[in-house]
Amino acid sequence: MDQTHYLIVGASHAALSALHAIRLHDAEGDITVLTRDQSLPYSPTVLPYVVSGRSKPERVFLRDEEYFARLKVKYRCGVAVKRVSPEKGAVQLADGEEIGFAKLLLATGAAPVLPAIPGLAEVKFHVLRTMNDAIGLREAVPKIKHALVLGGGLIGMHAAENLAKGFVQVTVVELQRHVLSGYFDADASGIIERIFAAKGVQLLTASRLAGLAAHVDCWRATLGDGTQLDADLLLVAAGVAPVTDFLDGSGIQIDRGVLVDDWMRTNAGNVWAAGDVAQARGFFEGERILNGILPDAVGQGRIAGMAMAGDAGAKPYAGGVPLNTYAFFGQQAVSVGVQETALDPAGVEVHKQVDAERARYLKIVLRDGRLAGIFGINWAFDPGVMWELILRRIDLGAVKQAFLASPQQTARGLMSKTWR
Amino acid sequence: MGAFETISFRPEHCDGCNDCMIACARAKEQSDDVLHSRIQIVPAEGGFELAMCRQCGDPECVHNCPAAALSKDGESGVIDWDASKCVNCLLCTLGCTYGGIVYDAPAARVIKCDLCDGHPACVKACTHGALKFLTTARIYNEVGNLEDLFVPGLAGCQGCNTELIMRHAMRRIGPDAVVATPPGCIPGMGSVGYNGLTGTKVPVFHPLLTNTASMLTGVRRYYKRIGRNVKAVALAGDGGTADVGFQSLSGAAERGEEMLFICVDNEGYMNTGMQRSGCTPYGAWTSTTPVGERGRGKTQDAKNLPLLMVMHHCAYVATASTAFMEDLYDKLDRAIAASEHGFAYLHIYSPCTTGWRFPSDQNIEVARKAVQTNFVLLWEFDPQGGLRLTHPVDDPFPLAEYVKELGKYRHLSEEQIAHIEASVARNVSFVQGLAAGRPPTAAAA
Repeated sequence: MDQTHYLIVGASHAALSALHAIRLHDAEGDITVLTRDQSLPYSPTVLPYVVSGRSKPERVFLRDEEYFARLKVKYRCGVAVKRVSPEKGAVQLADGEEIGFAKLLLATGAAPVLPAIPGLAEVKFHVLRTMNDAIGLREAVPKIKHALVLGGGLIGMHAAENLAKGFVQVTVVELQRHVLSGYFDADASGIIERIFAAKGVQLLTASRLAGLAAHVDCWRATLGDGTQLDADLLLVAAGVAPVTDFLDGSGIQIDRGVLVDDWMRTNAGNVWAAGDVAQARGFFEGERILNGILPDAVGQGRIAGMAMAGDAGAKPYAGGVPLNTYAFFGQQAVSVGVQETALDPAGVEVHKQVDAERARYLKIVLRDGRLAGIFGINWAFDPGVMWELILRRIDLGAVKQAFLASPQQTARGLMSKTWR
Repeated sequence: MGAFETISFRPEHCDGCNDCMIACARAKEQSDDVLHSRIQIVPAEGGFELAMCRQCGDPECVHNCPAAALSKDGESGVIDWDASKCVNCLLCTLGCTYGGIVYDAPAARVIKCDLCDGHPACVKACTHGALKFLTTARIYNEVGNLEDLFVPGLAGCQGCNTELIMRHAMRRIGPDAVVATPPGCIPGMGSVGYNGLTGTKVPVFHPLLTNTASMLTGVRRYYKRIGRNVKAVALAGDGGTADVGFQSLSGAAERGEEMLFICVDNEGYMNTGMQRSGCTPYGAWTSTTPVGERGRGKTQDAKNLPLLMVMHHCAYVATASTAFMEDLYDKLDRAIAASEHGFAYLHIYSPCTTGWRFPSDQNIEVARKAVQTNFVLLWEFDPQGGLRLTHPVDDPFPLAEYVKELGKYRHLSEEQIAHIEASVARNVSFVQGLAAGRPPTAAAA
């Protein structure tokens, strides 16, 4: 049985961040990284740009062989873990091989959720989570005329934009009343929807896909209201869920994701989890949430790596804050923190400016004089500075009016004075 | 990975003129619109603050990039942005907590500071001294790999500044040298020998207090005659320079002998029991200027030895401090070069934890305060360029900030402090006068 001190399963942002943190503290301990992908590490976030052709598949790798060699890391791709035995300190691979570990990090990410739609199993559909998915989708684009995208989240909207730019007629079907409802309110989503509509993308919100079937040389979709749509490409982008099936029987606690404490440690003392697979404490909620976004994966990976290596400089997790950036058709949307609807109304104030004509939008949510959320479309502010204002619970009291009038300038001043 | 050059910002000197931002926008986008500037000065609470890329050591923007478009250059330390890989997803702007990488809407991409290949346009444009390009990293990267020419374990006092000066100076001077260390702390701590061995990895000798410069004259001339270029270096205390050693020093300087004479000024004969020297300042306690019922420390002002050396028209004269290493290294370089064709004199202030009575972890802080209060002035002189202040302090701290740190001044009365303040002011005015080319008499008045 192969034996390694640190075993990392997964090779995207959380895994690479943990690896980096371990090597900053422990230059020698054996590290093995396992990934199901057949390639060097890449980010799922870049895949829509591989579909559009903006990114060449061979130029998106986050690390090269030389990096792993220099850090004395054994990088094994095309390897899937089938079972985990924390008591034994070993994992079993799909081909039966066992690898022993002293410390294990689960950074297996998430996989697309397939909704229960009658007929879905019988039709050919695409998802977008791996490089192979992206290459398959890119190769399909020139051959099709009408694409149906199921789901108006970030992946669905990115894909819809790229398909539209490839001269494909696109229809997006979204269950919620608005697209991107995880990050933006109705006014903000409305601005985004209008821009998509102006570019010829058909957005069917508050719509349910009731059935799918083969029809001549395409797929015929039936909506909840009976409308029928024909499409020659179907992309399912109805959300993702943590990959945890291989943990059955391991004794590791799972709710929606792998449950971890503020050091990213699971209930098994020698197993940690980070990134999209982990369910960690929410900054606002106090309870453990899924917060599947890239910057949080980086942060969680670092904490896990430092904890695994016994780095005394490790600091506990500050709590997951929902955030994202979204660029579409040359516009920029940014979401940092929570909507007012997610908060207990006491002490909450909302300041909103909407200029739908010019596609400009700004909403600031304050709670007890502190920033809880800031959301903008084509409005300049520094998302990272805002995130830090939230995490540090900076009292905006004295500069509140200035902050509301000019969030970017005021936040920069606070940053430069407080954590320069 | 070594140390890196960086831009420093001193908000107290910034008046918000925006010249830096305009210079940046012009250099990077050929535009006068400060929105394009990678350096952003923001008004805050009556002053000005800064948002720009810090070229972090473990950069969060790089970790957050899904397209491998950002990377830290191991040579320059600059975080590079690759336009051909960037997908404009803006996740880097979420990672940066300094507002250092931002979306530039008219340019339709993110922008960040790249230090202009080591010649930042913003720093050149700043006329207020608020922006400075720190190249101190050069010392670490270049000198850090040079051999330390003293053995480990020299027996200096804890926190000794002189040991730092010796080691730094000889690293830069290099092994083609003969070193003279007249009696004082420098040979006393073991550089010149113990148990039949020397603590120095180059030829070193122990002249009398009186004849250091004379002996080095002979050494340099001998090597020159046999066709070898060997640097003649003195590492002497202030007693061996200003008092007992002055006759031979003055003679060698007057003749323009080719040598580098480094005076390590700890303001007294600290090695032999802390007696006063000609460099001991007014009011200071020493064992020969005691404090008691009647004695209140030294009753005369120190002589200004480096200015005396200027009057010898040496090839190079400078004062320096270990609290300002970049400045010290610049001067070392120039002094070494000058010693190839004439007399170079370097006067380095060396606070003494034992003789001045302060905690051994405070040495560099004391050295810094001496400069910040103008008690010590940093300048250099050569016959072509005249005298210039290399670290002018326009808004000095009150002198009390300095003297209160030191046990040797603990007894000072207000009148004595006023006396020292007056001598500091006189010295500042005198040196500024020399720097401005005014006749010394007019400046002193």
